[in-house]
Amino acid sequence: MRPFDVKRGLGALLLLATAGLLSGCDMALMSPKGQVGLEQKSLILTALGLMLIVVVPVIVMAVAFAYKYRASNTSATYAPDWAHSNKIEAVVWTVPVIIVAILAVITWKTSHSLDPYKPLESEVKPIQVDVISLDWKWLFVYPELGIASVNELAFPVNTPVNFRVTSDTVMNSFFIPQLGGQIYAMAGMQTKLHLIANEAGQYKGISGGYSGAGFSGMKFNAIATQDQAGFDAWVAKVKASSKALNTMDEFNALAKKSENHPVEYFASADPKLFVNIINKFMGDMKHGEHAAMQHGEKQAAMSHDESMSHEGMEHDASMNHAGMEHGDAMHHEAQGEQMDHAGHMPADKTVKAGTN
Amino acid sequence: MFGKLTLDAVPYHEPIIMVTIAGIILGGLAIAGLITYFGKWQYLWKEWLTSVDHKRLGIMYLILGMVMLLRGFADAVMMRGQQVIASAGGEGYLNAHHYDQIFTAHGVIMIFFVAMPLVIGLMNIVVPLQIGARDVAFPFLNNLSFWFTAAAVVLINVSLGVGEFAQTGWLAYPPLSGLEFSPGVGVDYWIWSLQISGLGTLLTGVNFFATIIRMRAPGMTMMRLPVFTWTALCANVLIIASFPILTVTIALLTADRYLGTHFFTNDMGGNMMMYINLIWAWGHPEVYILVLPVFGIFSEVVATFCKKKLFGYTSLVWATIAITVLSFIVWLHHFFTMGSGANVNAFFGITTMIISIPTGVKIFNWLFTMYRGRIEFTSPMLWTVGFIITFTVGGMTGVLLSVPAANFVLHNSLFLIAHFHNVIIGGVVFGCFAGITYWFPKAFGFKLDDVWGKRAFWCWITGFFVAFMPLYVLGFMGMTRRVSQNIDPEFHGWLVVAACGAGLIALGVLCQVIQIVVSIRDREKNRDLTGDPWGGRTLEWATSSPPPFYNFAIEPKIKGLDAFWEAKQDGSAYRKPAQYAPIHMPKNSGAGVIIAAFSVVFGFAMIWHIWWMAIAGFVGMIATWIIHSFNDDVDYYVQIDEIERIEAAHFANIDKVA
Repeated sequence: MRPFDVKRGLGALLLLATAGLLSGCDMALMSPKGQVGLEQKSLILTALGLMLIVVVPVIVMAVAFAYKYRASNTSATYAPDWAHSNKIEAVVWTVPVIIVAILAVITWKTSHSLDPYKPLESEVKPIQVDVISLDWKWLFVYPELGIASVNELAFPVNTPVNFRVTSDTVMNSFFIPQLGGQIYAMAGMQTKLHLIANEAGQYKGISGGYSGAGFSGMKFNAIATQDQAGFDAWVAKVKASSKALNTMDEFNALAKKSENHPVEYFASADPKLFVNIINKFMGDMKHGEHAAMQHGEKQAAMSHDESMSHEGMEHDASMNHAGMEHGDAMHHEAQGEQMDHAGHMPADKTVKAGTN
Repeated sequence: MFGKLTLDAVPYHEPIIMVTIAGIILGGLAIAGLITYFGKWQYLWKEWLTSVDHKRLGIMYLILGMVMLLRGFADAVMMRGQQVIASAGGEGYLNAHHYDQIFTAHGVIMIFFVAMPLVIGLMNIVVPLQIGARDVAFPFLNNLSFWFTAAAVVLINVSLGVGEFAQTGWLAYPPLSGLEFSPGVGVDYWIWSLQISGLGTLLTGVNFFATIIRMRAPGMTMMRLPVFTWTALCANVLIIASFPILTVTIALLTADRYLGTHFFTNDMGGNMMMYINLIWAWGHPEVYILVLPVFGIFSEVVATFCKKKLFGYTSLVWATIAITVLSFIVWLHHFFTMGSGANVNAFFGITTMIISIPTGVKIFNWLFTMYRGRIEFTSPMLWTVGFIITFTVGGMTGVLLSVPAANFVLHNSLFLIAHFHNVIIGGVVFGCFAGITYWFPKAFGFKLDDVWGKRAFWCWITGFFVAFMPLYVLGFMGMTRRVSQNIDPEFHGWLVVAACGAGLIALGVLCQVIQIVVSIRDREKNRDLTGDPWGGRTLEWATSSPPPFYNFAIEPKIKGLDAFWEAKQDGSAYRKPAQYAPIHMPKNSGAGVIIAAFSVVFGFAMIWHIWWMAIAGFVGMIATWIIHSFNDDVDYYVQIDEIERIEAAHFANIDKVA
């Protein structure tokens, strides 16, 4: 019968597609150039392999049963009232349960080991980059170096990069596919991402979250330089620029809507720009004292780190809350870490929710 | 006087849109002309538009869904074409403004105005028949639900020619959908069409929940419910529980846009993360609202065409209930990349993969129904086997996406697009096609042409794999969704393959159009005289095709699962009852059409800030509803002589076959 041949063809197509997926070495996610990406690749392949234990038999059975028990094959057994079997029920419930249990353990472990907020272990001192998404371009500020660039960033190979990410506009998602996972950029909030490049090269960066008319052009280059000297040369190139990004006026001029923005360098940039941009969205909060109270209560209720809520209670009467927290994160690194681990995004966001 | 509405709102400068509108207007005029020529306006109004008969409403839902499928599919083809051109260095025929509206409209139309009407349409046609009821619990409400859906469809199509549609993606994430970043009327069209159709859907949920719980024929215990009705019940529970979340979420966004509140804005303490959580707290159950009934369809089809009892009925029912509950605790997997922390992400990742267990069990149940069966490969059965294979692949990629650390690189990529089309086309769409082909003779009295049905199936399934397997690859290559300009040339090759796949699917759609034309032409040849064209097992096959408006002359008594199959076995089927009794039936009502028409006026006025008109529309809706509620003349009794006449004709037909 004609249909069954086609069905076999389909099976072959499926196999071919899977093989193509697994073998393709020119695919960004299958040829990662950083530790995080490598681990994510092996996780993807492990999970796929585990699931194929169920998926392949299902597809084989679908084709085989359809062929064997076709109406025209009267020699096949026909059992019209057979509708229950404890053995089969036990197998079809147990096997998926076991596989999902294994996957769940892997999921739990990798969610922690590959947590984007977790700093990477390395003997090399990490480099700090503040990422700010604008309409429709990426601004990278190097607070330790006091420089900034648009749509291009660089870092030495084998050096962990600590990204802090926010947005001055709508949401975006900061993503360098060959180095590892992405994280959302959201206005008034900070997210974190830790990446490292194990091979020098220029990698494509994109926004992984649709952000409006100029979204297609939100591309950037991530350059992993061969060595520190290469990075220094890049820094020197940035510093040779005549532009600066020290005031909010200068920033606002840059933040104006633009599409397919060219690479741009800023010889000097305010190291606090990132914090100031987050604070901008808290600007109209006039209820400092009240907010501090609420925030303190909320933090305590959520049984977050005790010292953090105290921090909120003490300083907050005079200044707005978010600025305080993020300022702290910057100046007192140790405490900043602690706070971020207390609640990740929700903790960062509680600040805003609390100040309502 | 007319708010923000001026003549500039019509996009004269967009040739694609103007040609489409001209087509719609000419087509509409042609249909109206034909109706006038044949003098059918009165018939249309009395017998269809005002009908409270669940079977007729079901048919109208199906027609609505099929027409909108053509529009949603046209959007898809335009996107595929644009991406092919834009990845070869060309500018393409769609600028970002237009492209962004198209992908938003594609998502909204396919989910709300194709998948939902098709699934709800099939529920309408089948559920009351399967439980041996005369109609749904609230027949007028059912009519109103349909017209709210139709009103929303009118609004979304008006956006094509007057103003613009949203450029935000189908879920309109703020702050992009807020006033600051989307000052135009596009998001407002989105808001009001979803609110109006959402109201209709919620009423449907309440209606079918009450129907299945309260109106089952005597003897039909819960564990004797046909599986399709079980899945419909669970889907309606999900509708009742989740649609209010959607309504409130959109209402808060509406407040942000109309009243200047700050629920989801960047500043003043707004929180876009709240919106994303809320919208997915509705959005994920919504996926199961669509797919659960479809699982029910496959269960019916597989048992019928394998000529065999459904394997593991109890296990299937419990798997359905498990999925219903679990579907409410997985929503966060849509945004692991928000930075919620490892514990939270791991929790939602694991709950998501747990859902794959009951789903997998269902697949095995269908497989073991085929095992030792006598499988007749009609086109509904082909869709079912195609579904099992396709859906399994989609399920696998879904579980992969549910592993947070893997999701970080796959989120929002074309891998995700491939995944959800894999489960929605391979699951919901194939299922609706299977269901439509399976129940078509019940609804219309004649079978669909199976040769064209099979051709459609083979075009669709090969087209599907050719169109979407490349998207998995593109996802691995690092291509994200929703890009329309300056696409990386390395993606070009696979995008061309995907576009060819869309072409194959277009052939499948063409086959389906031909199938309908051919089937209507040959209807006398394919007429179903007995009411049981497939050798069915459940109660809907016990009555004539199409069923009389009262469904069953005598209320059926249920003695077991597969009620009709057992009746055929013990010889109690097709037995002429000794005596009929008058049947209590609801009367048709025009109030639903009128209320929905006012809702279009209200929605349109709100979109364009024409306040006087909005008030008029709103008052019109409420006043009509109140007036309708004072109408006591809503029911009547069908007299015995009429029942006898209808039933005698049916038995004459059966004798003709015997």
